[in-house]
Order: sequence, then structure tokens, then C-alpha cells
Amino acid sequence: MSVLVDSETRVVVQGITGHQGTVHTRQMKQFGTSVVAGVTPGKGGAEVEGVPVFDSVRGAVDATRANAACIFVPAPFAKDALLETVDAGIRLVVIVTEHIPFHDMLVMYHYARSKGTRIIGPNCPGIAAPGKAKVGIIPNVVFRPGRVGVISRSGTLTYEIVNGIKERGLGQSTCIGLGGDPVVGTSFVDALPLFQADPDTDLIVMVGEIGGTAEEEGAEFIRHHVTKPVVAYIAGRSAPPGKRMGHAGAIISRGRGTAETKLAALRAAGAEVARFPYEIPEMVAAIAAGQTQR
Amino acid sequence: MVKLAEWRGKELFRKYGVPLPRGQVARSAAEAEQLTRSGAVPLPCVVKAQVLAGGRGKGGAVRFANTPDEARAAAEAILGLEFKGERVKELLLEEKLAIGRELYLSFTLDRSQRLPIVIASAQGGVEIESVDDAAIDRTAVDPFPGLAAYERRKVAAALGVKGPTAAALDRLLLALWKLFQQEDAELVEINPLAIVGDGLVALDAKVIIEDDAGFRHPEYADIRDDRTPLEEIAREKEIAFVQLDGNIGVIANGAGLTMATLDVLKEFGGNPGVFLDLGGTDDPKKVTEAFLLMAQAKPKAVFLNIFGGVTRCDTVATGLVAAMQQVPAPDRFPLVARIRGNNEKEGVAILQAAGITSIPSLKESAQAVVAAAGAP
Repeated sequence: MSVLVDSETRVVVQGITGHQGTVHTRQMKQFGTSVVAGVTPGKGGAEVEGVPVFDSVRGAVDATRANAACIFVPAPFAKDALLETVDAGIRLVVIVTEHIPFHDMLVMYHYARSKGTRIIGPNCPGIAAPGKAKVGIIPNVVFRPGRVGVISRSGTLTYEIVNGIKERGLGQSTCIGLGGDPVVGTSFVDALPLFQADPDTDLIVMVGEIGGTAEEEGAEFIRHHVTKPVVAYIAGRSAPPGKRMGHAGAIISRGRGTAETKLAALRAAGAEVARFPYEIPEMVAAIAAGQTQR
Repeated sequence: MVKLAEWRGKELFRKYGVPLPRGQVARSAAEAEQLTRSGAVPLPCVVKAQVLAGGRGKGGAVRFANTPDEARAAAEAILGLEFKGERVKELLLEEKLAIGRELYLSFTLDRSQRLPIVIASAQGGVEIESVDDAAIDRTAVDPFPGLAAYERRKVAAALGVKGPTAAALDRLLLALWKLFQQEDAELVEINPLAIVGDGLVALDAKVIIEDDAGFRHPEYADIRDDRTPLEEIAREKEIAFVQLDGNIGVIANGAGLTMATLDVLKEFGGNPGVFLDLGGTDDPKKVTEAFLLMAQAKPKAVFLNIFGGVTRCDTVATGLVAAMQQVPAPDRFPLVARIRGNNEKEGVAILQAAGITSIPSLKESAQAVVAAAGAP
């Protein structure tokens, strides 16, 4: 078992003929992922990295039984790409594309949800279960199969931390990069129950950032529903106060959203809090050692 | 994020049919006098500094005038003021209305619910953060059906408006909902929204447009924020660049890693002042440009902290080495590099050949750059 992806995952890459689409198709395949199709309207019949290209997602799904999608298409076309994917019956979509207007993402999120499709992202590194499958762009070199689950709002900071866990001699069950945009398809509260339920995950590393209230909501979920140990890190503790989104933003966050409120909520929920990224591997190793003894 | 000055926000309001006081923009005292003398702006009038910061009334950036001479004097007093770090260059002159109650109304995004939200309060005209939570009404709106009639009635009830005023509010809510979506706004705020007779008038306008929607809103591209000249160049080159006080320059990739780097530098007594986020790039030229930009900011030392994903380590190393050869001698700075991740070996070798050693540990590399920068 793993979270959301496994050896049955069959990926269709949208925007496969673009530079990033091609590069990451190759890397997903090197990871061991079944990339079964690519889609670029007007380029059907071509082949990229040995993967057949189709004009439409429907065509790709009919021919290859793809069951997950990875979207690389540019922001102005991302909404259309997502709607097409959902309507083709795909229920797991990773959106790597950055700079998608949040008004588009609101429509994308609620449409997908109404049809039972889960979105990871946008502007995210995606999801990977070492030894099974990767949908997205997390570098292959940071992984090693193991029992640590990682959920992160960051991109490269996720790689840093996952790599640190590997260098400490441990490995990961599944790693999800949620993306840092204002509207994301999957948030901490959506991802935490999956890791809590996953028999291959023994402990969870949660990497957050200042801004928004997703970490506080995640902490609330941990307090009531997560029995596995959680190690948390919040980036931006010493960042200068950023530009606020007007007075209305303050009314919505109601005094939450700072590093202090997030760390306090996570501590209160029983999570162990790391002060710096490089403390995480040691904390994880100490917990893992305790678990093995029991 | 494009914050619109009040007068620009009101231009948008006019386009969508939001009722406004009669008014005009002036850029000199003579112009202010002329506008009132000709009757273009009815007297008595309000003279308001066009700055983005709030609290203008208390800060002397809003004045009243009963005659053209008073309008001129008010304009003279406000133009050129330094208001919360912003120089006043433009004024908005508007007729002074006989107003009844003052209300608060805004549209923004609720990230947790992933829905647009309408925030309303009968206690307008003051900072909304100071209003008791129980007096603030929140209505999350599903983008598919849009702002429904029952939701608009709920807002009317919260604001305590009835009859023709409620009808005016209904029209206003639909206009703002349309504006919020079609203009790709992050925030549309009216505070105060005044009851004038039976109707409603927007006395202020705060509109923020989302940057990411720039591809369908080229009309906002030329509106300059309060960026420094270097920040402006960075924006044109699509490099995230922030200048603050401090003597260490940080070049990283990704917001999370940049913030974590800052946390670690502060821990070891460093004072990072310039942040440059390369983002995802596989073009060494962009890396070179980023370094040359950093050199112009004249940091005492620079910390390069890259975890290679889309941005590969060898790309960064190649761009860095090219930049170091171009930086003029007086602008050179001590550099501490840490490059990890995709194509790490290749990148480290390129740096090594140029005499730069990559320190793999985040802790040790951070300590090295703090030492190189000296006293903060």
C-alpha cells in the first residue's frame, strides 16, 4: 500500500510535447512509473520518450486505460485541461503548472470535486511513492523506499527534507507536495487522513509555511484523528511581516496564519516541532528507533 | 498583486455601475482649484490623497473645502506629503454628500473553504479589524450558481437595509460580484459604503487585482507598485527579488527553501537583506542575470542555496561561473555555495573548476556565509 499512487497507476501527461512535459515524462519513467499516454491537441500520433501522444484525454484514456493525469500545460489553458481530464473520467490529477489565476482554480476545484476527482496542486511538485510510482516533478535522487510519509506545502524545501531523510538512512512511503497557491486541490486536512490510514506509513512529516491557515486546520485534524507520530516544520519563522491581503484578509484569518500560531497549534496537537530543516531527519530517526524497539 | 489607487478602483466601479460621488483627479493645486471653480467637482468637496496605505483621514491626507480657494489650499497641503512612505502625487476631489449610516462591504477569497466570500458589517467607516466579530457577516459563495438571491437578502439583513435601499444593495452586490470575477480581483472593498437618501454610494474603493491573471488583463501591466528600481528590473526578468535591510544576499530556488534559509541564517546571527528566488529555470543565462542583479544590490556576502529539481545544479553552476567573470572588481562579494539535488555532481565539478567549493550541509554553509559577511 501507499497513498493515492501505486504500481497500478497509469499516467497520462498533458502537455507532453512541451519541454518540461518531455523531461519529466522521462524522469517519471526512470522512477518506474507507467506513463501510458501523452496529450497535446493537434499532435496526436506522435511519440515522446516512447509514449504515444493523443489529441484528447478521452482518446488517451480509451486507448490506454490511463487512470491518473499530470498537467504541464501553460496557465492560460490549465483550466480547460483540467475540465477535459475530469470529463474523461480520471480521478487523480497532479497540476504542476504555476501562475494559474485563483478564480480559475476555484472553478477547477469545485468542478473536480463534484465529479469525484482529486486535484493535487497547482504549482506543486506532485506525489511519489518510491518503488511504485511518481506523478510530478520531485527529483528521483531524493527517494528511498521506507515508512516515513511526507506532506509538504513547499517545492524545493520538500526535496531538501526528503533527501535529508534518505541520507539519514531512512526512506519514504509516499511524499505529497501540495503546492503553495491560495487555492489548492489537496490541503493538509485532506492528505493527513490518507497517511493515517496507510499501513505502510509509520510516521508523518508535515512541512508548512507561513500564510493562510492550512497548518492550523491540519493541526486540528491531528489532534482528533491522527495516532501516528507527526514531526512538523514551518518555514518563514523569521520572515519579515509580508504584505497582507488588505483588511478583509485579516478578518478571514482572524489572527492565525503566523509561524507562532501554526507552531502553537501543532504542539498542542501533539506534534514534535523542528526548528530547522536539518533537525527533521534526526527527530524522525529517533521516533523510528523507538517504534522498532516496541 | 496590483493594488489600485482609489481613483482607479472607482473607475472600475463606474464601469460596473457602482454608485459614486461626482469627482475628478487632480495632480496640482491649480488643477484642484480649477475643477471646483468650473463646477466639474461640486462644492463643498473632499480632497483625498491617492495613496495605497489606509488611515488617510486620521493622517491629515483627507481635507474638506467649501470654496475653490480652500480646495487649492487643501491640495497644496496634501500634495508632496510623505504618507506612510508614499509620496502623494495625485488627489481625488469629490463632492461632499449628506450621508446617513456608514456600512462595510467586501469580496475576497476564503482559502480554507476555497470559496469567494462576501464580508458585510453595519459598522462601516472604521477599520474592520476593530469591529466585534458578532457584528461581521460572512457569506461564502459557490462560483457555479453565483451569488444567489437568498444570499443577497442575507447580506441586506446583516446591513439592516430595507425597501429601496435593499433594492440598491441588491444591484450593488451583483455589480461587485461581476467585477470581482471578471477583473480577477483578490479583493474588492468598500469602506465606507454610505447610505445617501434611499440609495448607496461607495465613498472609498480598495481593489487588488491578481498578478497571475495578467495574461487576460494587459491593462494592469503598467500600474507600478511600490517597487525599488532593482525590484522592477527583476520583475521584468521574472525573478522574484525582495530588498530589505540587511547585508547578506540569498539566492535560492523556491519560496519555502528561501524562507527556511532565512530562518537558519538568522539563527546563526546573520542579517539577510536581499532575497532572490530563481524559481524553476533551466536557462544558465537567467542564473547569470540573477547574479548580476544581486551584485548591484551590493551585499557583503552572498549565500547560494539551491536544491536542484527543474532547476538543475549544473545549470546554476554554469550561470554562476559566467556571472562571476562579469561582475566588476569593486562589486565582487564573498560567495558561499550549496548546491544539492538533480545533477549535483556535475554542478559541484563546474564550481570546483572555477575555485568555488560547494558545502553540502545547510548548517555549515549558513555559518560560513554569516562569518564571511562579518558584523550585521
